[in-house]
Amino acid sequence: MTMTPPTFPRFKTQAPRTRDGEGAARPGCGRVFELKHYRHRQQPDILRPADNPPPLALSYFSSPVPAGFPSPADDYIEGQLDLHEYLVHHPSATFYVRVTGESMNGAGIFPNDLLVVDRALEAQHGSIVIAVVDGDLTVKRLHRKGNAVELHSENPAFPAITFTGGMQLSVWGVVSGVVRKF
Amino acid sequence: MVSSASSSLPRRIALVDCNNFYASCERVFHPAWETRPVGVLSNNDGCLIARSNELKEAGIPMGAPYFKYRDQLKAMKAVIVSSNYTLYGDMSTRVMNTLSQFTPDMEVYSIDEAWLNLTGFDPATLDGYGRKIVMTAQQHTGIPVSMGIGPTKVLAKLANRICKKRKIPGNVFNIGGADSLDAVLASFEIGDIWGIGRRWAQSLNTQGIFTALQLRDADAQAMRDQYSVVMQRLIFELRGINCMEFEDIEPKKQIIASRSFGERVTDKESLLEAVTLHASRGGEKLRLQGSACGAMQIMIRTGEHNPREPYYSRSATVRFTVPTADTRRLIGAARAGVEKLYKAGPRYAKAGIALLDIAQADAVQDGLFDQGDSDRSAKLMQTIDSLNRANGRGTVFFAGQGVNQAWAMKRDRMTAAFTTRWAELPSVK
Repeated sequence: MTMTPPTFPRFKTQAPRTRDGEGAARPGCGRVFELKHYRHRQQPDILRPADNPPPLALSYFSSPVPAGFPSPADDYIEGQLDLHEYLVHHPSATFYVRVTGESMNGAGIFPNDLLVVDRALEAQHGSIVIAVVDGDLTVKRLHRKGNAVELHSENPAFPAITFTGGMQLSVWGVVSGVVRKF
Repeated sequence: MVSSASSSLPRRIALVDCNNFYASCERVFHPAWETRPVGVLSNNDGCLIARSNELKEAGIPMGAPYFKYRDQLKAMKAVIVSSNYTLYGDMSTRVMNTLSQFTPDMEVYSIDEAWLNLTGFDPATLDGYGRKIVMTAQQHTGIPVSMGIGPTKVLAKLANRICKKRKIPGNVFNIGGADSLDAVLASFEIGDIWGIGRRWAQSLNTQGIFTALQLRDADAQAMRDQYSVVMQRLIFELRGINCMEFEDIEPKKQIIASRSFGERVTDKESLLEAVTLHASRGGEKLRLQGSACGAMQIMIRTGEHNPREPYYSRSATVRFTVPTADTRRLIGAARAGVEKLYKAGPRYAKAGIALLDIAQADAVQDGLFDQGDSDRSAKLMQTIDSLNRANGRGTVFFAGQGVNQAWAMKRDRMTAAFTTRWAELPSVK
């Protein structure tokens, strides 16, 4: 049997989706409908605990709750905002690099900026990538035209780099964020 | 013999290790070195402790003194760098964390090797899954890895060697079940078996045992009497019987001390206690061997793949300015590591340390590392440290390190801390 705060009645709800910052259902949303449905039934269902309940990650409610009804204010558990969580989605595959050139000024990437580079992401047409060109690391936008691949800068002073013949493009990682301090 | 009936799943262990790990780490941040031979020097001895494939194929041996081979390396246009344990420790953690995403049952064995338990995965797709693991590790971290799969640890290690020697495409070699290995084992020299060192190999040769097949078919009891229980376990493992403990065979050139907690811990004090214990044990092992270590990696992590808990695994590397076997320094470094890594919240399942850059300590230094002298040793260390701080590194150093070794030269050859210092990040244009 899974652990829940003992004062709640047990409803057969689906496992609440956890908050992932992407607009998922708030925990507790389903309960309002369950309550209404419950009150309109002629006779109460006989509920039994499931034989093999899946593990259920429930938030811990920080204030005491009167029996039978959760306080809406307690549905969320919030911690401090963490920039690392905002910027880094694959920690083992995320590296930071320092920008030294002006080739991507038009993309809002300037010298001395910190770039968050995620090697776990697939580079696509339009991605800003760190690429290896002539043995050096460079930041450019990836362009795919059919079978041809180009690296574009966002500064008229820097020409595009095309890959033809046997030349190989090596993508070191995809730039997923830029950090600038003043 | 292990039956392949459906009642019990065939055991499948994978040994994943990084190809030329230190050299590969350097190449990730210097892509131009992909096409040049790369060698990594130990801080102390100026010996090669890592070689890229080109150097291996040129016959330059492991531990080769740098000065002896300097001309040849120059002719090969090889890049030679000092060891950068801060970088290697961090990259190792990344590789291990990436591997751990594929199976909950994983054991880190050394800085560049890990065992994965792949029992229970569909055998028909196991090779493909292995290739996916290898590809993901390479893409995410930039480090090329190889995988050997077998029914036991010894056979998995064997498979891994074959994978590298035969350059198997996809970097995965599955040796299959233990029943049909005669041909493979017959072509495998005993010296290459995990756990068989040079002395055992020579001794076995005099008895007419030259191949893994001959060893597998030898009398296990007689071997145990002649050598040790480890030899007997090796033979059983070659036969497909799982009995080897991780502690039976130590990883080369590293001392690892780690332990899973019986119950999860959340407080910093428990972690500090645990790593203090590991550091003391590590120090004892060092002194027994007559070695000192130049760096230490400290690791703490939560249990793996618990859907209720986010996976938290962090490591830090401490480089010692002077290679040490002094338990006080080792404990100090281990505790400093935990202070830096600890975060309240996660329920930690494991803490450990790895001693790296291990080199022979000189006779001169033995007295300083004597436990009874720990007070004087600490005072001596402090005096040395403050003199060096005031007058520059290398003002005072241990004679045992070699009077001709210039600290400045070693610094020049060391690459930057690309992943652990803001001021040393790789640059992109």
